[in-house]
Amino acid sequence: MTAALRELYQDVVFDHARTPRNRRRPARSSHQAQGHNPLCGDKVTVHLDVADGVIRDAAFEGEGCAIATASASLMTEALKGKPVEEAERLLEGFHHMVTDPQAAAHPELGKLEVLAGVREFPVRVKCATLAWHTFHAALHGGHAPVSTEDGQ
Amino acid sequence: MSLALVGAGREAAVSPKLWRDDFPILGERVHGKPLAYLDNAATTQKPQAVIDALAGYYAHDNANVHRGVHTLSQRATDAYEAARAKVRGFINARQAEEIVFVRGATEAINLVAASFARPRLAPGDEIVLSAMEHHSNIVPWQLACAATGAVLKVVPIGDDGAFLPEAYEALLGPRTKLVAMTHLSNALGTVTPARWIVERAHAAGVPVLLDGAQAISHLAVDVGALGCDFYAFSGHKVFGPTGIGVLYGKAERLRSMVPYQGGGDMIRTVTFEESRFADIPYRFEAGTPNIAGAVGLGAALDYVSAVGMGAIAAHERELVAYATRELERIPGLRIVGTAKEKASIVSFTLEGVHPHDIGTIVDHAGVAIRAGHHCAMPVMQRFGIPGTARASFALYNTLDEVDALVAGVDEARRMFR
Ligand SMILES: Cc1ncc(COP(=O)(O)O)c(C=O)c1O
Repeated sequence: MTAALRELYQDVVFDHARTPRNRRRPARSSHQAQGHNPLCGDKVTVHLDVADGVIRDAAFEGEGCAIATASASLMTEALKGKPVEEAERLLEGFHHMVTDPQAAAHPELGKLEVLAGVREFPVRVKCATLAWHTFHAALHGGHAPVSTEDGQ
Repeated sequence: MSLALVGAGREAAVSPKLWRDDFPILGERVHGKPLAYLDNAATTQKPQAVIDALAGYYAHDNANVHRGVHTLSQRATDAYEAARAKVRGFINARQAEEIVFVRGATEAINLVAASFARPRLAPGDEIVLSAMEHHSNIVPWQLACAATGAVLKVVPIGDDGAFLPEAYEALLGPRTKLVAMTHLSNALGTVTPARWIVERAHAAGVPVLLDGAQAISHLAVDVGALGCDFYAFSGHKVFGPTGIGVLYGKAERLRSMVPYQGGGDMIRTVTFEESRFADIPYRFEAGTPNIAGAVGLGAALDYVSAVGMGAIAAHERELVAYATRELERIPGLRIVGTAKEKASIVSFTLEGVHPHDIGTIVDHAGVAIRAGHHCAMPVMQRFGIPGTARASFALYNTLDEVDALVAGVDEARRMFR
């Protein structure tokens, strides 16, 4: 196995891919959206329960590759309990981390940093960002499913 | 499982060694490993003869065609028309005018949908296609249906991905206006009984388009023997350049069709009141065509003819049989598409490992395969899977490359265990 592959498929990634956290349809949800990666056919639905500017609960449904599933799982863990503003900063930080080859360390991302290795795999970046795009769409309404191929 | 037995009992009937030397790109290394290019259904690599033909055309003959009295224009025109004659010979069409140069299979099918089908379709009319079509042989017909009120009738496929003759015959009816069918499925490798399909359709008075995008580099294609009204393929999948492809149409069919696009080269006379259209095939070749592409395609077809389709098919049969046998030894691996009549393609899933992850992991072993739905989403829906990993072979692939694939897939399995 090459070093880059090992960077990509870390134990934490495998763990979240095999036993995803928060993969369920929650009883209460105030916001939700569907995301789609037409390149591979992966689909994800993100559910949020937002009250008083705080994300009380975050969950997802869908099947995807290890990177997409682990990213959705890690994302829902990170979002729970966060004020919406802070969550949006996480989204920005995450996007920067996986797309900018020069990106410095992102300590504020915490556990999400295990996905940094994806930036060495340009064709897999969309797998890692699918859940985050969908999260963004859920927060900001819009009824059409988002696609990783929309406007980027 | 031990893969120590990999390679036992292999005996190549035909040696691809000589052919490999004809393809400079096969010397590339990927992630420090020798490239094993097993994504030939997406596009094939180019022999030096094709690369030289492109360079030679631009170095010595380049000019516009059918337009100049000067010498170079004559040379370019001759080269372009010589390529058309080569295509005619390669697929055994009766006349060179039955060969229309287009961008690729996709444009060929869109041309027939726009210029042949649409004017003839009325609400309730039916177009018959199969459940294993590429999106290129679905969406143009959907557009034609949306414009005319016609409907698609889809011939189901078996659990093994085989074409179902009875189901096809049952769908041919009084409202059927066209059959549009793949000759070789890019997702499953299934070969359809094209000649019989045409016979049955013609018995019902229905014209047939065959999507030969895959078949063209794996089967001997003889449009005379097939009897089809239209045959579509892309140059880039038969060792030629991208951006050039072919629509074969029977002369009487092409003559009955309105132009596809308007512009230069496709008219006889133009006034602001009316234009008189040129004869076939020029009527369908508006604007400056891909002259170098056509020349490159001609060189590619010469190359294939020199190797011989019989030798290619025999070699690929061996690769498919060997890959199938070795891959099936991997626990949790399932081949998708096991029809008796199949060629050149091995599609598979691996329990617990998404095709995308397989693709990334084997790429790091130097092995290029495709992962996903292969532009055939209905096939994936039919089998209830998001996608497959797909190895697709060409004449230059070797059993060693299959071994590299199998080892890579087994590594993916162990990583995800
Ligand atoms: C069966 C089939 N039909 C049509 C096409 C479309 O070919 P192109 O993209 O070259 O127009 C393909 C290419 O993948 C194919 O495999």
